[in-house]
Amino acid sequence: MAIAIPIQSSTSGAEAAVRFHGVSKTYRLGDVPVEALKSVSFGIPPQRFSMILGPSGSGKSTLLNLIGCLDRPTAGVIEIGGEKIGAKSDDELSEFRARKIGFIFQNFNLIPVLSAYENVEYPLVLLGVRPIERKRRTLEILKSVGLVEHRNHRPNQLSGGQKQRVAIARALVKGPTLVLADEPTANLDSQTGAAIIDLMRQVQHEHGATFVFSTHDPQLISHAEEVFSIRDGELLEHRTAHS
Amino acid sequence: MSTIKIAARNITRNVRRSVMTISAIAIGAMATLVFGAFVSEIFVQIETQNVVRSGHLAIYREGYFKYGSGNPAAYGIPHYETVLQLVKDDPVLKPLINVVTPTVNLFGIAGNFESDASKTFMGLGVIPKDYNRMHEWDEHQIRAQLREVDAPLNELDETHGFVGVGLGRILRLCGALKIADCPNTALPQDDANGAGPSAPATRDFAGLKDSGEGSTQQSGKSHGPRLDLLAATSAGAPNVVNFYVDAAVAQGVKELDDAFVVMNFHLAQQLLYGRGEKKAVGIVLQLHRTEDIDAAKRRIEGLIQSKGLDLEVRELKELQPFYRQVIGMMSAIFSFISLVMVVIVLFTVVNTMSMSVMERTPEIGTLRAIGVRKLGITRQFVAEGLLLGLIGATIGLLLGFVLNYLINHSGLTWQPPGSASPVPLLVRENGIAPLAGIIWISLAIVAVIAAWLPARRGARLTIVDALGHV
Repeated sequence: MAIAIPIQSSTSGAEAAVRFHGVSKTYRLGDVPVEALKSVSFGIPPQRFSMILGPSGSGKSTLLNLIGCLDRPTAGVIEIGGEKIGAKSDDELSEFRARKIGFIFQNFNLIPVLSAYENVEYPLVLLGVRPIERKRRTLEILKSVGLVEHRNHRPNQLSGGQKQRVAIARALVKGPTLVLADEPTANLDSQTGAAIIDLMRQVQHEHGATFVFSTHDPQLISHAEEVFSIRDGELLEHRTAHS
Repeated sequence: MSTIKIAARNITRNVRRSVMTISAIAIGAMATLVFGAFVSEIFVQIETQNVVRSGHLAIYREGYFKYGSGNPAAYGIPHYETVLQLVKDDPVLKPLINVVTPTVNLFGIAGNFESDASKTFMGLGVIPKDYNRMHEWDEHQIRAQLREVDAPLNELDETHGFVGVGLGRILRLCGALKIADCPNTALPQDDANGAGPSAPATRDFAGLKDSGEGSTQQSGKSHGPRLDLLAATSAGAPNVVNFYVDAAVAQGVKELDDAFVVMNFHLAQQLLYGRGEKKAVGIVLQLHRTEDIDAAKRRIEGLIQSKGLDLEVRELKELQPFYRQVIGMMSAIFSFISLVMVVIVLFTVVNTMSMSVMERTPEIGTLRAIGVRKLGITRQFVAEGLLLGLIGATIGLLLGFVLNYLINHSGLTWQPPGSASPVPLLVRENGIAPLAGIIWISLAIVAVIAAWLPARRGARLTIVDALGHV
């Protein structure tokens, strides 16, 4: 059962995996400024299955990009895992993403010239993990997503569901504190989508990461522990589901 | 999983495009290598032809080089034996020098009064033994390929020597010297004017010959055709010597071929100085290696200065302006062709990598999102450009070596500018490894630069835009 709670009191700064303080984001479309986020303040609790909901153009992709340190706010402060990210340089942000954040994309976004194994291993290469340790962790995560047998397949030799499993393994192999998923089931049939959702729930429990989704998928929304509704660049409500 | 390994896989993503790019680079490398080998062969041929004749360095009286050619007798080096010994005994020069020898340069008129023909000549008086030794110089091992080589000079008889093929032809020595493409034709009636070979009108010209010098009186022996060489002595008096022509030797450049006479040093001295003091006009040094020219020149200048001698040193490029001009011209053509190749490779790789960056923009966004830095993106695309460049350059150079071999065994000939006869069309096979290395490295650098430009653009894309790129 979902309970609506006041946004400002949702999560204290010390507890939040992600915290926004008056964050705004304005784009320019030609000469016209478009305010995608309007002084948003909220916190996402750690180790939860959080969903950002809203219609197209509501600002949820902008929000997800800012949480993932893929973009910078026009105004306001963003803290992730207690670290303020506004002052970080581009290289520092890359390093931060490499260590702390895993991404699962709607279109899987696997590197086509790498095998499933190499795609999953790649984030560990970026972190400079030793080859023996890389191999152990890569095989372990591939096993947990059920793709050890397909580890040498290239993405074009995998089904949609298998690709998304590889993407999930790639996002989780480095042990991130935060996993962001943009419409992860949008390109999958309902059966495969359900399997992927179960898989994400399972690895979320195993790895204890904070999952943040942007989705329209009712099947996925039904698994939400935290729901953030956004419209016209403003956060309308934050609901917590008690299981 | 190295950057190069990923680059290798990426260049196989669009095989046709990669093959076209590699082909363009390979053709560029091959063309540059073959033309470079051709230019290199011309350089060493011209260098060898000039070094065997003129040496690397020449010592003259101060002012001879600028003003003395019109009156070489006035610029003779007195006591040249002392200078010769000074150079020979110098411990620094000794290991560098192959031959050091005196020469006499002179001008005059050569007459074949049997055929009633005469022609101004440009004479070179040399010590036969030194001259023949100079002609064995072959730093680049190409003597066997050269057709235009001089005959050995008679070391036993001072009155013998040889002439250029053109001069032999003009002086109607075709039959005696077995000159090809030169029928032993009689003089036109107008020119002979009733004074043909049977009744030469200028017999009295031979009477000027200095009959006091016994060494030139060899007419009773078995000789080749005889010429009478007339020149002015240092005192301004006309002087004549008998000269027996052993052979006609092509000189490459027609103007030289039509006037060149090589004679014994002592005969030349006799002709130029008569009964006066015998001098040398120049002292020629042939070194073992051309690259020692600067060191040897500096040393000789130091010796001249320390001894207070009224002498100057000139090097190969000054002695043989044609050599310098050909080197300059061929270098300019080679540079231009190389530049064209570089531009072609540059644009080809830029185009290929720009396409690649455009097609892989979402991939760039993904890599940036998972933590790859801008430099990492740039490095990845540059590695791909480098790989394309190295593969293309390697294939091109291998093809170039094969083509060089085929050219050298094709039997083709060509006639270079200024050459009197066709010469084999050859390209250099030995000693072009440095050129191949330079081409390989240069193309790799060009490919890196060409890849860096689009790679940098790709790396600078905002992540959000790159991820959203379709």
